[in-house]
Amino acid sequence: MKNAVEKFMNGLFFICGIVTIIAVLTISIYMIISGLPAIKEIGVWEFITGQVWKSTAADPQFGILPFILTSVYGTLGAVLIGVPVGLMTAVFLSKLSGPKLSAAVNTAVELLAGIPSVVYGLIGMIILVPTIMKTFGLKNGTGLLAAIIVLSIMILPSIISVSRMALNSVPPEYEEASYALGATKIETIFKVSIPAAKSGIAAGIVLGIGRAIGEAMAVMMVAGNVANMPSLFKSVTFLTTAISKEMSYAAGLQRQALYSIALILFFFIMLINIILNVILKRRAGR
Amino acid sequence: MNNRISAKRRAHSAILKGLIFLCSGITVVLLISLISYIFYRGLGNITWELLTTSRSALKNTIGILPNIIFTFYIILTTLVIVLPVGIGAAIYLNEYAENKRLVSVIEFAAETLTGIPSIIYGLVGYLFFCQRLKMGSSILAGSLTLVIMVLPTIVRTTQEALKTVPYSYREGAVGLGATKWYMIRTIILPSSLDGIVSGAILAIGRIVGESAALIFTAGTAYTLVTNYFDALGTSGGTLSVALYVYVSEHGEFNTGFAIAAILMMIVLFINYSTKLINKRLKKDR
Amino acid sequence: MKKAISFITIAVIIFASLAGCGSSANAGTSTESATPPDPSALSGSISTNGSTSMEKVIASLIEAFTAENPGVTITYDATGSGSGITAASEGSADIGLSSRALKDSETGLDATVIALDGIAVIVNNANAVNDLTIEQIAGLFTGEIISWSEVGGADIPVALIGREAGSGTRDGFESIIGVADACIYDQELTSTGAVITAVTSNEYAIGYASLSAVSDKTKTLTVNGVMCTEDTVLNGTYAIQRPFIMVTNSGKEPSDAVKAFMEYALSSAATEIIANAGAVQAR
Repeated sequence: MKNAVEKFMNGLFFICGIVTIIAVLTISIYMIISGLPAIKEIGVWEFITGQVWKSTAADPQFGILPFILTSVYGTLGAVLIGVPVGLMTAVFLSKLSGPKLSAAVNTAVELLAGIPSVVYGLIGMIILVPTIMKTFGLKNGTGLLAAIIVLSIMILPSIISVSRMALNSVPPEYEEASYALGATKIETIFKVSIPAAKSGIAAGIVLGIGRAIGEAMAVMMVAGNVANMPSLFKSVTFLTTAISKEMSYAAGLQRQALYSIALILFFFIMLINIILNVILKRRAGR
Repeated sequence: MNNRISAKRRAHSAILKGLIFLCSGITVVLLISLISYIFYRGLGNITWELLTTSRSALKNTIGILPNIIFTFYIILTTLVIVLPVGIGAAIYLNEYAENKRLVSVIEFAAETLTGIPSIIYGLVGYLFFCQRLKMGSSILAGSLTLVIMVLPTIVRTTQEALKTVPYSYREGAVGLGATKWYMIRTIILPSSLDGIVSGAILAIGRIVGESAALIFTAGTAYTLVTNYFDALGTSGGTLSVALYVYVSEHGEFNTGFAIAAILMMIVLFINYSTKLINKRLKKDR
Repeated sequence: MKKAISFITIAVIIFASLAGCGSSANAGTSTESATPPDPSALSGSISTNGSTSMEKVIASLIEAFTAENPGVTITYDATGSGSGITAASEGSADIGLSSRALKDSETGLDATVIALDGIAVIVNNANAVNDLTIEQIAGLFTGEIISWSEVGGADIPVALIGREAGSGTRDGFESIIGVADACIYDQELTSTGAVITAVTSNEYAIGYASLSAVSDKTKTLTVNGVMCTEDTVLNGTYAIQRPFIMVTNSGKEPSDAVKAFMEYALSSAATEIIANAGAVQAR
């Protein structure tokens, strides 16, 4: 009797275990099955490099280059702002601040991480967009710049916490050796600690990139959602917002084209995840 | 010591130090301003009427009671499903699994799930639960989608909790003749409870903040439905979704800020509880 | 362990008490005086999905209808006209809501016009312009006219605020003005309310929105001298108008609740409700 129960529980837990695998496989299969038909019909090259997206025109065109470029530039911009600020804050937390101040700033960072994306979108809409409009004297404040600023704030927590952990795990012997050779604290940080922690920091950056490229709600509220080629002060559409904007009413080829956009997005994310894993494995291997 | 360092190096260090303080300062100021602004514009708009009535077009008033109830129901349904499955998976990975490769495949799958953006969850959830399984726009479809989203979190935190149970406990139990399942049930799970609860709280935080996935699967409706089982099959917007709808579609910024303030309070509460539990964990060791 | 038990007990108690509550769709909204419930009362649930412009009208109708028929639960998802039509044809909604007529390609569906709605052309309150002809509107939206000074305003640029491609409002506006597929917007928003918000906060902006949703947050322009009101929509002198329709799937037999709701929307009891919401009941 005991053996039967044992075997049953073993089997039950095994099933629970492979649920994750089943989920990932199902998602991938669904993405591929739904996304391939439109790509086949439109043609891979025309789809990915076409510059015009007019999905509901009498003669529809489905070029997603504007979306791809906007997502790439937007993520790049967010990283360009978020990584320096985040890394420096992580340095501060790890090397320069006392325990009480660290705890306080850490709490602040964790809170930033927990704020829902719609709240970021709300503040972006109310404060950021009008400010951009006034500062640059534009007739319209939504656009790539607003999205980049919002995204960089959103990826700060990921970069800060992972970099902080990476910096914390640099062996103290490295730093002590550096001091012994006459370097100042700041020089030690920049020439010894940061290079030593570089794969951890890279992991944090990749995490941030993943978050930025996948963000939809906050971006939808500040980016203007017009299928333009990316430009800082014009309304733009990301891969994610292209899907969310048209998904509910699309039908036929237009709907399948949206699935294909999701497939491309999915592909980008998988690529980033694999890179992340390779970096982490290399780090663990040391 | 100072006179041995050249002026150039000193200047260098000073500039970089300034940069560090500047960036950290930006982060802190950013956070304080964000939270203060939300509370400044939001707290004043949280009225009793807002919290206890539904939206009335005839009287032109706004109430978020249905959204509060829907949020509660979604959290409940998601946890009821994801906790057993997640804990089960963690138990399998930690206690039962023999095949190392299978373990790493499962863990890789869980890692992958965390990286997938919520809009893709929304899309697949819509395709699979709403269309293929014919659930339509409903709380149940939304919960099932969220289950897959937060599953990795539960698995990971439960795994770590299980790992902290000392090996001696397990050896002692086996030495006394207990079967594996009995040992897990009576010794390991109770000891890992704090970690599991902390994982559940993190999951709640994720659920409350989620909007993109839910808009496609659970809808945006605000009709009040109090019966739990009826609600499962109805379309309903949670608080985050309601925030988006009221702000983007109605231009009701005051309501939006009120909801944002409520969400912030939930986030603060969740962070605080997690800290408390982690402190307890550290003490017990 | 004790904490966990007490936590779970509390959760179960809350859960049970809520599950036990009757499915009153009314708790919290106003009910008129005690109308004794009809012994053959309607019950069931109706899911409606679609046009954001119809929000006020539909929400008012739902509220009034469920006040008299508390056994019916009606939900409304504001997703856009195109989405409502798709939902009706796929069967994921009982009633699809659209603020434009069905296209020839949209087959298998029945359309019931319940109201007429004017599409107001709105500008920021600070804009000096008060009236535009249809040709001027077309010129502005296609980008031919690039400064407000060309139509009587200040010498400032024009920001075009529009709707997403599947919007009934956009379809109605563009086809009547004659600029279908020719507009290059500065922003494409997904609801009538969002357009109003954007125009409210941008002094260069011009946009279009359902009459039922506009308020004094923005300035409504007269078109060819005609102001957009319920009366001018009804007698046709205001040109930019479109129907509010309820779309049902021809192949699906509607439930009693659905039939009753649609009849209610067409009945004289609904005339004032629709008028208060800013549209005109279709005769």
